[in-house]
Amino acid sequence: MLSIKDLQVNIGDKSILKGISLNINPGEVHAIMGPNGSGKSTLSHVLAGKDGYTITGGSIEIEGQDLAEMAPEIRAREGLFLAFQYPVEIPGVSNIYLLKAALNAVRQHQGLSEVDALDFLTLVKEKIKLLGMDEKFLYRSVNQGFSGGEKKRNEILQMAIMEPKMCILDETDSGLDIDALQIVAAGVNSLRSENRSFLMITHYQRLLDYIVPDVVHVLADGRIVKTGGPELALELEQKGYGWIGQEE
Amino acid sequence: MASAVSSLEKYVEEYDEIKATLPGQELDWLVQLRQQGLDQFSTQGFPTIRDEDWRYTNVTPLIKKSFQSVVAKTSTAVVPEQMHDYYVPDCWQVVIVDGHFSKLLSKLDGLPEEVVVMALSDALVNCPDKVKRYLGQAVENEDHGFIHYNTAWFSEGLFVWIPQQVKMKQPLQLVHVVTQENVATATRNLIVAEAGAEGVVIESYFGSQDQAYLTSSISEVFVAENAHLTLYKLQNEATKALHCSGIYSQQEKHSNFNYLDFSFGGLIARNELHVNVGFAAACDLNGLFVGRGRQHIDNHTSIEHIQPRGSSRELFKGILDGRARGVFQGCVKVFEDAQKIDSEMHNHNLLLSDNAEIDTKPQLIIYADDVKCAHGVTVGQLDDASIFYLQSRAVSEEDAKDMLTFAFANEMVEKIKVSGFKSYILALLLQRFPQGIIEQEWL
Repeated sequence: MLSIKDLQVNIGDKSILKGISLNINPGEVHAIMGPNGSGKSTLSHVLAGKDGYTITGGSIEIEGQDLAEMAPEIRAREGLFLAFQYPVEIPGVSNIYLLKAALNAVRQHQGLSEVDALDFLTLVKEKIKLLGMDEKFLYRSVNQGFSGGEKKRNEILQMAIMEPKMCILDETDSGLDIDALQIVAAGVNSLRSENRSFLMITHYQRLLDYIVPDVVHVLADGRIVKTGGPELALELEQKGYGWIGQEE
Repeated sequence: MASAVSSLEKYVEEYDEIKATLPGQELDWLVQLRQQGLDQFSTQGFPTIRDEDWRYTNVTPLIKKSFQSVVAKTSTAVVPEQMHDYYVPDCWQVVIVDGHFSKLLSKLDGLPEEVVVMALSDALVNCPDKVKRYLGQAVENEDHGFIHYNTAWFSEGLFVWIPQQVKMKQPLQLVHVVTQENVATATRNLIVAEAGAEGVVIESYFGSQDQAYLTSSISEVFVAENAHLTLYKLQNEATKALHCSGIYSQQEKHSNFNYLDFSFGGLIARNELHVNVGFAAACDLNGLFVGRGRQHIDNHTSIEHIQPRGSSRELFKGILDGRARGVFQGCVKVFEDAQKIDSEMHNHNLLLSDNAEIDTKPQLIIYADDVKCAHGVTVGQLDDASIFYLQSRAVSEEDAKDMLTFAFANEMVEKIKVSGFKSYILALLLQRFPQGIIEQEWL
């Protein structure tokens, strides 16, 4: 699904990612953990196509296509989805407008017709229930005045509507209380399928109790320094990140 | 300088030829009023950038073209093909084409008998005393070349008189259309809501494609005790037009005046708005101006609180692209005895290109000591993080920008209480920002 080879990324002259390789197969859930400043957010931004980063080496492919050549909206239409760590508030653009615009852009890209109004409403109402959100959120401006938990749920709602192939969750657990975390995790779990892959970027092991990954990577100073199974996350939680560097 | 003078002379010389054709020649008071206007105009001419109030807006190059008064030009009497595009649904309409009332194109069926709505030229024949009571009253203390010009030259206008306690059931639309090249039109509107009356008036100004012409329009608005008047204005002139308009409103005690201005067209547009708020009266003044290319849109507003306990709200938003230039000058003046005033003035601007420009100048002049007055101005551009967020949701960069720009404008559209006019403005905005919104019927 997603294949990252020796990816090197700079911000200005500063090297942030120093050769990351990662291969995520369809249906797999990977987690990337790492301390502050290790390059986790840079990786998610580069994958989504945000400006301000220079790829100085390596490659990113989604299903064999060169991702780095694509505009952010094309990546999204090709099935890459980033759930933001800090979802942006957009006053004046209603949630339901954005959901419909997003879904139709994806459908158009796939050569499908625009979704019928009634079908769309049915779909949205079904998904919103799944995330325990009130329907009134549909008619409010995107993320405006939402609490931290509501914003994260809204990200997962967008994901559920767009049905991407490759989902990147950037610190989705940050700012969530335990109830919200469970709801968000249930939403994500309901979307797990053999054709859909996940990359979860997280600081803490907590999220991984609810969304159990197949593979855990540890990112430190722009490199993946350790890869293992779910048990690696537990070890990190107990020992912190310090021991990894010492071990090598 | 020399050419400015000579163009002024041309206008004044032309006046002798046309004055006999202007309405109200048999009314001494009006002939006198027009003569005063002409005398003052002959002395001072049109405003130039040397006038403090006009320092951002230079009309001299356009004025030099010496637009010819429409009365001196044979009216083509051609009905513009797009006429039906100008009508806002479910309104009564008074239509003025090239400075002359068109009875044929107007629609006043079902207007309540007690309400007077007619062309000003007809009102000067049918009810001259009523006209006399109001004409010139709201601009009495204004000394301004365009007003003097308008007083001397006006060939037509809208006359609306809503009697006491009468509520107009549907809005009245003034449709002002210019079809001829290089003409000058001057219209004077009088809008009167007597005590306790309620009404909605929409002034709309259109032109044909890329023609150059002058629209001079002055509206004098009188909102009596407890009356409630809403005035919408749409300026969608042709691309080379010079639009100079002034709304002068006088409010009596406990009255309400709501105003909402949409300024989209013209090469140079000067929209003046002057409101005199009465005792415990309230006004809510709003505007949206959208410029592109080399358009210049100047909003010049003043609110005067002479009486206590009044409240005023003002919000103007500007969107400027290309090399467009916008101006917002807003002045709130609170006189010495006007205590307990509650006033807020805001101007927010969105610049879509590096070459767009906004000059914004909010002013508070306060002589009373127990008042609440706030003002705020912002100038910004589209937020990159928001654009990226929308892109990450499969929306193209261009559509994302339209969507965000539309969202900025939509706050003003949402203020429209007349659904037909709201759809009309939405349609115009969607032409500008086509991906701004998804079909309304969708929700």
